[in-house]
Amino acid sequence: MTALSPARFKEQAAAALKDAPLQRALGNMRVGFIEKRRKAAEKLPEFEDLRDQGVAIKNHTLAHLDLYLEAWEKKVVEGGGHVHWARDAEEARQIVLGICRSAEARTVTKGKSMIGEEMHLNPFLEANGIEPVETDLGEYIIQLRHETPSHIIAPAIHVNKEQVADAFREHHTGLPPDRPLDEGPDLLAEARTQLRDRFIAADVGITGANFLVAETGSSIIVTNEGNGDLTQTLPRVHIVLASLEKVVPTLEDATTLMRLLARSATGQEMSVYTTVSTGPRRDGDPDGPEEYHVVLLDNGRSALYGTEFQEVFRCIRCGACLNHCPVYGAIGGHAYGTVYPGPIGKVLSPALMGIDKAGALPNASSFCGRCEEVCPMRIPLPKLMRHWREAEFSGKHNPAPVRWGLGLWAWAVRRPALYRFGARFAIAGMAFLGRKRGHLRSLPLAGGWTAHRNLPAPQGGVFHDLWRKQRKRR
Amino acid sequence: MSSRDAILGALRQRLDRDADGGKGAEAVAERLSAHRHNLIPQRGQRDRAGRIDLFEDYAAGADATVARVASAGDVPAAVADFLKRHNLPANLVRAPDAELDAIPWDSQPTLTLEARKAEEPDAVSVTAAFGAVAETGTLVTVSGDDNPTTLNFLPENHIVVLWADRISGDYEAQWSALRARYGDGALPRTVTLVTGPSRSADIEQTLQLGAHGPRRLHIVIVDERPEP
Repeated sequence: MTALSPARFKEQAAAALKDAPLQRALGNMRVGFIEKRRKAAEKLPEFEDLRDQGVAIKNHTLAHLDLYLEAWEKKVVEGGGHVHWARDAEEARQIVLGICRSAEARTVTKGKSMIGEEMHLNPFLEANGIEPVETDLGEYIIQLRHETPSHIIAPAIHVNKEQVADAFREHHTGLPPDRPLDEGPDLLAEARTQLRDRFIAADVGITGANFLVAETGSSIIVTNEGNGDLTQTLPRVHIVLASLEKVVPTLEDATTLMRLLARSATGQEMSVYTTVSTGPRRDGDPDGPEEYHVVLLDNGRSALYGTEFQEVFRCIRCGACLNHCPVYGAIGGHAYGTVYPGPIGKVLSPALMGIDKAGALPNASSFCGRCEEVCPMRIPLPKLMRHWREAEFSGKHNPAPVRWGLGLWAWAVRRPALYRFGARFAIAGMAFLGRKRGHLRSLPLAGGWTAHRNLPAPQGGVFHDLWRKQRKRR
Repeated sequence: MSSRDAILGALRQRLDRDADGGKGAEAVAERLSAHRHNLIPQRGQRDRAGRIDLFEDYAAGADATVARVASAGDVPAAVADFLKRHNLPANLVRAPDAELDAIPWDSQPTLTLEARKAEEPDAVSVTAAFGAVAETGTLVTVSGDDNPTTLNFLPENHIVVLWADRISGDYEAQWSALRARYGDGALPRTVTLVTGPSRSADIEQTLQLGAHGPRRLHIVIVDERPEP
């Protein structure tokens, strides 16, 4: 398999549209998330007001991020934990490796972490002789299939259960061939049994963090399976992977965001387990890790503070924008070729990788605006995608025909008389060509559109003329 | 320059920290110590009986089962009922919690309980909740020598004893109670909010219970808490 890349977005999207198993799997998503989120939001009359407060909490925190990070770090250290600052993914990987080496780790269990994905941690650990074991069911499935997550909260959403059964049969040695793996419960029981031993054998547990709390120096993880808790409770060492923007001031502030998170993500009132972890095992504690480390990753984020893109750091990674995106719903997550897919990925990826590499993504949107409508943090995703399009154009990163076409259009639109004349002429021509069928089957320079559907023939003149007529009638 | 200084330096410069004349630091210190409440949903703001009912509704909505008993003396029978209903073994592992010590477990001679942390292959655990939140049917559990974390996650069946007077309408009341017990800005190693039994929808978006944590969560609400 060729590595996925945002540079090949168009080919990858075209392939995804023709991928029958993927299309079947995506069908499961379209019926679930949207309806559940709607019901959960309707059931809580204060939901919209909570969104406004969530935005205010994050804006305040981001405007004082340096101070909150220092306050948080001080509390972590007071509680016996360690904070490691990493400028980029390579530095973060080396820090994790160093901790694993000093713990003489052979296997590492992992709770779900998008920062871990951003660091490309698993292949790096493997190359250094340490076996990472993903424990979130979805992450475990895709690890066996040598894939990356295709959704930020449902990583294996592109996989059908027959494919899960195949992966288990291939990798679980000692699995009797006659053991049925046809239904979900069979598969879950098999994964539970396999992973239970891995939890107990692991030397180090690595989790992500949904929030860091400055007031107490805590990290918070939110899961439904309980895998994150077993990951951070059973091994001797717990490593938390987090990025700068995860910090919030107080437990009360985290609570407001938690009231939004699960409802926006899965439509649950609350996820099953929300665990606030503060430091290592205390005197007298019969269980829990002896060491508690947090690796705090920048990876290009600090350069975006104070710019219009700062708003994207309000994101709490609920996945609602993916679930409601018609583009994501049609092609799934892998076609984007980036760690973060969907609308949030279209804004975040150019920031993390550079607009020259990820320029195709902010262009892959119809600007329907559903992502912004459902974003609990009211991130203006379409606006930020437009900013990236502008940055791409002014940095001359688009292909030449696109630049030429946009340039010509911009030249014409600044000359209204000429533009209207041209538009009237084009519309009259198209109306003439489509006069019999009422639509056009093909049109020069618009093959990308007409290859998949007919273009309705224009009726009744250009907008300007219609507008003028309406005004006169009044 | 260390990475810490580089990152913080970049943030300070971008956020123009030196120009604010210490106002930012004041605002942050104030916010961290004030524990100000944000908007609290009306849903949980009821009297004691209303809170218990609401908690029960939402816990059941999250696939937990709930039994309500009058006093600590009724807990062993409620536990035995649950075991019988699901055909589970009668040897349990329980938290070495003082309030659980005070329950007359001997009243159910079939039950055997060991007070310790959980290990494989323990099938049933009993713990005491620190509190609960009616708003979403959520238990609040804390780690410590009296309530090992593993009891919440390793066994397939988790029974939680919850004193009714510890059910609050909202989360904010629980944070206040934690500060009262552990001190301002301090917490036990873990505080886990539990809403229903473990689950996963990672296979074809179909919900299944018992992913890695307990398949069953049974909550015994006790009306009257024994005086210590």
